[in-house]
Amino acid sequence: MNVVEASGLGRRYGSTWALRECTLAIPAGHVTALIGPNGAGKSTLLNLAVGLSVPSAGEVTVLGGKLPGSAAALDGIAFVAQDTPLYKTLSVADMLHLTRNLTRRFDQAYAQARLSDLDIPLKRKAGKLSGGQQAQLALTLALARRPGLLVLDEPVAMLDPIARHDFMATVLAAASADGVSVLLSSHVLTELERVASYLVLLSRGQVRLAGQVDDLLAVHGQASLEELALNYLRNHPTEVAK
Amino acid sequence: MTAMTMPARPEEDNAGLRPVPWRRMVWVTWRQHRFALGGVGVLLGGLALYLWLTGLQMHHAYAAVAACHPASSYACQNQTINFDATYGQTAQTVGTLLMAVPILIGAFAGAPVLARELETGTFRYAWTLGVGRQRWTLAKLVPLAVTVTVATGLFSLLFSWYQQPFFTDGSSIPLEPSLFGLRGVAYAAWTLAGFAIGALAGLLIRRVVPAIAATLAVSTGLVFATGLYLRQHYMTPLLGRNLSNPPASAWVISGWWSKGGTVISQSVMNQIMNTLFGQIMTATVPKNVKSDDIKFYKGPANTQVLNYLLHHGYTHWTSYQPGSRFWPFQWIEGGWLLALSVLLIAATVWLVHRRAA
Repeated sequence: MNVVEASGLGRRYGSTWALRECTLAIPAGHVTALIGPNGAGKSTLLNLAVGLSVPSAGEVTVLGGKLPGSAAALDGIAFVAQDTPLYKTLSVADMLHLTRNLTRRFDQAYAQARLSDLDIPLKRKAGKLSGGQQAQLALTLALARRPGLLVLDEPVAMLDPIARHDFMATVLAAASADGVSVLLSSHVLTELERVASYLVLLSRGQVRLAGQVDDLLAVHGQASLEELALNYLRNHPTEVAK
Repeated sequence: MTAMTMPARPEEDNAGLRPVPWRRMVWVTWRQHRFALGGVGVLLGGLALYLWLTGLQMHHAYAAVAACHPASSYACQNQTINFDATYGQTAQTVGTLLMAVPILIGAFAGAPVLARELETGTFRYAWTLGVGRQRWTLAKLVPLAVTVTVATGLFSLLFSWYQQPFFTDGSSIPLEPSLFGLRGVAYAAWTLAGFAIGALAGLLIRRVVPAIAATLAVSTGLVFATGLYLRQHYMTPLLGRNLSNPPASAWVISGWWSKGGTVISQSVMNQIMNTLFGQIMTATVPKNVKSDDIKFYKGPANTQVLNYLLHHGYTHWTSYQPGSRFWPFQWIEGGWLLALSVLLIAATVWLVHRRAA
């Protein structure tokens, strides 16, 4: 099963194509890193996959042929948007209750246990938590929905190194223990090194590289994901926006 | 793997999935908007308390006036005039202020519902949960709209009671623009419409404060446009001929003169009347009268002007809506405001569905 499948997918804002001619198939069971410079179209692709946006051209399906935004797709995908938007005036407990009331499936016991492990008090307002705690809360809410696919848009960009490490450890644990497929975008390459097993490189709204990390490293003769991405972007300057 | 190459159909994807129950979604609406609803409750509760206390006092005073017998006697007429002078101005001011309440509730309760989600980015969270964004939008807008509508509907019942003495003694006209919107079903309907305008403005403008400002502007404009231009056309106005018509409870929309079947313009008519008035004053005011006393001759002179005109082929016409049309007008206004509100909320839900983030 492919968790995301796109063919000729494009999205235009006014006269500018944020994403065009995007054809890819991301297989299930991977932690997929969606990387590229700022403005490459990463958020656009993720918004299309979670159904917040509709294609201007081509098509995209998720979780084995489901239309993004359909009830089954919404049920199977948990999305943590950039800057982890939470209802800042609600308490952590109310965020849990709200999410449970707006979904068909919610593992309350899991969520409470994890928040307790993280020492996040249930009575505190979401807006009063630290940046790392807010990210962890958003991730907990997402995982408690028991999704088939977890989509994270720049999840660690705003976090300090320790919070970043903790966050990624949780993502990785969920992927390996519960078999959740993960699709995360980032322009911070170092954090992805240990976690990503599948890579999609975007620049200027187009897919430049896509495949399993091990295969890509072998084919391009690079030692690390970071080198692979940087070298690719340096060697194809005409295609890359600065 | 053939299934994967087939085009996706949302209805197939949705098969077998029970929608999230409304009851649970309404909890979310209550939890997130209880302060807005609390604000509405405090505002209406405070105003209701004021109407109740001052209304009791006023009704008590009016009971004495109504008990006066015989009603046509000078003493009783005087009591009525005194009552209107004591309480009338306050009641009118209260009515004017209360006209702002539906607009305020619409703007402050309606506009932030979607605008806040869009401004803070939380729509990305809410719209990717299992409930789906259309049902989410309905579960937010419908309970809030019903609550504020019912609350203001009950409040306008209280206002009708408060205002009752002025209708009984005939000093207030049921269709009077400054009072019509405060009674019957109109008050609740205006609140609903204000809320629906606010919800759509919030979605389109995407920021709380500008959306509130735009809602205030649009709703106020609609209230004034309706009172000044639209309401008088709900039913064909009746035509009154000469001054004995129309009845005192009528809402007079316009008046004009004609002679021999031809309408005479207002400016020409003013000239004729001014000339006549001047001639009559010259003929009736004695030469040695004090300048302070001239005013006593003006009233009779005006009556003479009118009598002269009516006896010389001039006809005065009045276009008016009779007071008996109060309820038909209420249902017409309530009806189109309800239709408009349903349309606006449907448009909001449809745009939320269509909107690409």
